[in-house]
Amino acid sequence: MKPVYAGAENIISSLGNTAKENLENMVRGKCGILIDESGFFCPQPLPLSRVDHARVNDAFSMEEGEKYTSLEKMMITSINAALKQSNIDIRDAETGIIITTTKGNIDLLDIRLRKGFDKKRVFLHELAGQVAAYFQNPNNPIIVSNACVSGVAGIIYAERLIRAGKFRHVVVVGGDLITEFVVSGFLSFQSLSLKPCRPFDQSRDGLSLGEGCGVLIISEEKNIFRDQPMVVLSGASSNDANHISGPSRTGEGLQIAIRNATSFSGLKPNDIDFISSHGTATEYNDEMEARAFSSAGMETIPINSFKGYIGHTLGASGVIEAALSLQSMRNNILIKTAGFENHGVSKNINVISENRQAKIDTCLKTASGFGGSNAAVVFQKM
Amino acid sequence: MELSINKYCRIDPTGVTVNRTILLSNAEQLNYRKFIRSIYKSIKLDYPKFFKMDGLSKLGFMAVEVLLLEEEISRKYPSEHTGFILMNGSSSLEIDEKHQESINNREQYFPSPSNFVYTLPNIMAGEAAIRHKFKGENTVFISKNFDTRVFYDLVRTSFEQKALECCIGGWVEQYGETFEALLFLITSGENNISGESVIFEPSNLNNIYKAT
Repeated sequence: MKPVYAGAENIISSLGNTAKENLENMVRGKCGILIDESGFFCPQPLPLSRVDHARVNDAFSMEEGEKYTSLEKMMITSINAALKQSNIDIRDAETGIIITTTKGNIDLLDIRLRKGFDKKRVFLHELAGQVAAYFQNPNNPIIVSNACVSGVAGIIYAERLIRAGKFRHVVVVGGDLITEFVVSGFLSFQSLSLKPCRPFDQSRDGLSLGEGCGVLIISEEKNIFRDQPMVVLSGASSNDANHISGPSRTGEGLQIAIRNATSFSGLKPNDIDFISSHGTATEYNDEMEARAFSSAGMETIPINSFKGYIGHTLGASGVIEAALSLQSMRNNILIKTAGFENHGVSKNINVISENRQAKIDTCLKTASGFGGSNAAVVFQKM
Repeated sequence: MELSINKYCRIDPTGVTVNRTILLSNAEQLNYRKFIRSIYKSIKLDYPKFFKMDGLSKLGFMAVEVLLLEEEISRKYPSEHTGFILMNGSSSLEIDEKHQESINNREQYFPSPSNFVYTLPNIMAGEAAIRHKFKGENTVFISKNFDTRVFYDLVRTSFEQKALECCIGGWVEQYGETFEALLFLITSGENNISGESVIFEPSNLNNIYKAT
């Protein structure tokens, strides 16, 4: 099977505008989830992990800055940063673009925020078309919108399409914004914590919303990367077939995605050195994940959630957290789960509670979301 | 690997067809809401949860029901290798607008979880997966139009990965009175599950999509 590589990762989040900056801030224990009292997203103060949009906007001329939406600007900036770490030609037909997002330009549904943009810009294919046109990419961008597993699904399909010879390189982008739309919805679900979220902790009481953008370049060639890439082994998705908004009680669905991703990769459960979980810090999600990893024979493998630092970045989270996983592998560092103090799930999974150096050769990244969807993908050092 | 289209079904404002047979004609030109309910009645479905769904999920769910009438997929394929690859144009925009209306005014602020949960295009796959206990791959892609070439690649690569043995895939789009679903039942060539089968390839997908 021909190898497929991933690298040139970039992240824009509350903790910085490069993957390296994000990882360094996490190593320092910095949390990007801050109490927002602007009243802009909801009537009450709420912890949110916000991007410095002014900093993103600075990279654009006045004219260009008005031409693109906030999310498009994050995506364009993040792709540009990734391209600088590789030597692919994004204008070439052999380079594909996969855009993954849960809600895209949904901020434009609010007429007060629409400014000069046409309403049709809320269509995800309009957003994707803008991004592809900016980079003069000749292909129709492929768009994944599959709730919070969008990002991981995008990576999985990039790997499959390259392996099938459809593209030589694929730029996978994941981006989502904090909007009143999303905040009000999660509030109505009573799934937000009033404090920065605490994945897998006893006192966890909900998630923290975040926004951001992640980019990975996936390629059949290892030489296009400035820094050493990782191999993308395989991935899989699954459905709980249980409930549209509540996680499965058993974790069976996630376990199917994990089992398929590892077996397609030719691995056994204990070949994994590190798991980057979804870990939203809602009571049911974390418990579901603990059961899935336990049943999958992965109880002892070091596992974290990055959401205690940058919140739940929705569909973008898969790409952002995969990028953080690649950074962890490169630096051989296991990053602790911010907010985790006391073990709070029923299975004895090995939640990372202190940063430590460790050889990470193989990493499993998972995600789960509304609609009962789950996805998992495996990365390995060359 | 040879893949076959075992069956396909279409729902649009003119009616419901399975392969080339008209199952239900919308001769009375019922609006979307009434028409989708009339399909529910005509196939004698008893699934009250259907009425809670948003317009897009209703269409995706119903198209799966019609496609799988008289099929016994779950007896022939393992549930964890049966899944959905769907394409859609306007995401969940109709219910998104409804959710937005409920929050536009802080004095009349009433976001509802039962609307919000449907503000995702993949909920239609989730609803159909629950109904049929399909636990395999499921991904929703967005495209301005049904891009048969990309759809073909996405499905084919998933079979080649051995992630799927049976795929319910195609195009499901609904916004207001504009609605169109075209779903295919795709399996590997050696395992035809019904008599009439067509090779799964872009030209056949196109021909079926463009046939009226």
